[in-house]
Amino acid sequence: MSAIVKIQDLTKRYDDGKLALNDLSVEFMRGEIIALLGPNGAGKTSLISIICGLTTISDGLVTVDGFDIQSNYREARSLVGLVPQELMLEPFETVMGTVSLSRGLFGQAQNHEYVEGLLSRLSLWEKRDSPIRELSGGMKRRVLIAKALSHEPKILFLDEPTAGVDVDLRRDMWRLVKDLQAEGVTVILTTHYIEEAEEIADRIAVINEGQILLVEDKSILMNRLGKKELLIDLSESLIEVPQGLAGLGVRLQNGGRQLSYSYDMATEKSGIPEVLGALKIEGIGFSDVHTEQSSLEDIFIELVAER
Amino acid sequence: MILNFYAIKAIFKFEMSRTYRTPLQSFASPVIATVLYFVVFGSAIGNRMTPIDGISYGAFIVPGLIMLTVMTQSVANASFGIYFPKFLGTIYEHLSAPISSFEMVIGYVGAAATKSAGVGCIILAVSFLFVPLKIQHPLLMLALLIATALCFSLLGFILGLWAKDFEQLNLVPALVITPLVFLGGSFYSIAMLPSHWQTVSLFNPAMYVISGFRWAFFGVSDVPITISLLSIVILAIVFFAIIWRIFATGYRLRQ
Repeated sequence: MSAIVKIQDLTKRYDDGKLALNDLSVEFMRGEIIALLGPNGAGKTSLISIICGLTTISDGLVTVDGFDIQSNYREARSLVGLVPQELMLEPFETVMGTVSLSRGLFGQAQNHEYVEGLLSRLSLWEKRDSPIRELSGGMKRRVLIAKALSHEPKILFLDEPTAGVDVDLRRDMWRLVKDLQAEGVTVILTTHYIEEAEEIADRIAVINEGQILLVEDKSILMNRLGKKELLIDLSESLIEVPQGLAGLGVRLQNGGRQLSYSYDMATEKSGIPEVLGALKIEGIGFSDVHTEQSSLEDIFIELVAER
Repeated sequence: MILNFYAIKAIFKFEMSRTYRTPLQSFASPVIATVLYFVVFGSAIGNRMTPIDGISYGAFIVPGLIMLTVMTQSVANASFGIYFPKFLGTIYEHLSAPISSFEMVIGYVGAAATKSAGVGCIILAVSFLFVPLKIQHPLLMLALLIATALCFSLLGFILGLWAKDFEQLNLVPALVITPLVFLGGSFYSIAMLPSHWQTVSLFNPAMYVISGFRWAFFGVSDVPITISLLSIVILAIVFFAIIWRIFATGYRLRQ
């Protein structure tokens, strides 16, 4: 896969002296869904704003499909659609009016068929002549998505797409993102919800204090940093961990009804056979054995703590 | 893509649709205000005024009234047009779109000027109902009407870019633009002022524009028509240069 967005040594210092991005370099691959994961104030929105042209560059180079976003801004921006974090819409304009404006701004002739398809896809077609102020919050977010897709962009940026969004819309949105990916669109989303990145992204870039801590395939990231836990549900409760098991690091929990054993997936020897062997030796009966994987939340906390 | 025509058209259309949504505010209110001026100044007071340069006072104020409305409306339309997206945050879309500042100016200023020039034409039409009028240089009159609308829309655009809140947006027209236009000879000839006020008036750019417009109607003016034409061109260049500078630095638009 080739890179569609290349960011090299990007620095952003605002007028008030705040350093939002600090010599940041990263590449987004063609056709992928990548999540920019980081706490509030990490620099996620600054990064997106620069790529989309809302914010100026202090230093560094950004190209979109080979076009420098400063010297070839027309070509670069034509390829990009942005769904902002906040519901910024003209209240008195109609849905159709505002989507038509977007398409025009991005240099496209009106295409009724495409716009009808887009609005239908977002369940907005029935509302096309409604003034935006009459729409619900969820509908307004759909309008923002329609505006961002109105000019058939190759790259879609979603800035905190699920902030304040209900379950239905969230599900619809992820379905749309997957469909767009199938059509060849690259989707870049920011989030500080780890479950969100885990749920939707192919790759995850962890960003903190204006720097990329790491970029990794989601599964590799989970494997590399993930701890797994072996959980053994006991047939009968225990008062304490038998000696043969305690020596292996097994702990007792759930009021003596469950044993737990943590192991690292990166190491060659998990230690699971030894644990199971010790159970047999001690003559402990169990009703179920299952494993749990650490969430991205744990991984993220670990990464930030490492720094 | 040398010029993003679709973007210019989209902005223009979007701005004009705002006008159609509020026809009373856009057209009825300036027309009613003008009719009131005619009744008060033209009929009630005008009957007691001696003609100025051989022109009845009722007719004399027609160009001034049109200019008054066109100048103030141009500033109001253009400043609101660009300020409102800034206020709502919807400006993000313009900033992320493949459009140059030049195209944005054409779209917004073009729409603002079209609206105010349109209102100017309506006022002219209404004037015919009140006073007998004969326009000596109709084509020049029309050209000046459009040029003034464009020029003051550029000024309004600057105001809209500069304004940080609605108070600033309203304060500048009230404290600067309206006084300049009123004192620029909308309702009187500069020659009627005491000499030191005549000197002061020479520093008022609106005076040159109004004088030129009146010349197109009646062939008489406070300053020579060539100076009026020149001053409009200079104003337009100055306003355009300021806008260019604002966009070049990203001032109050891009951080």
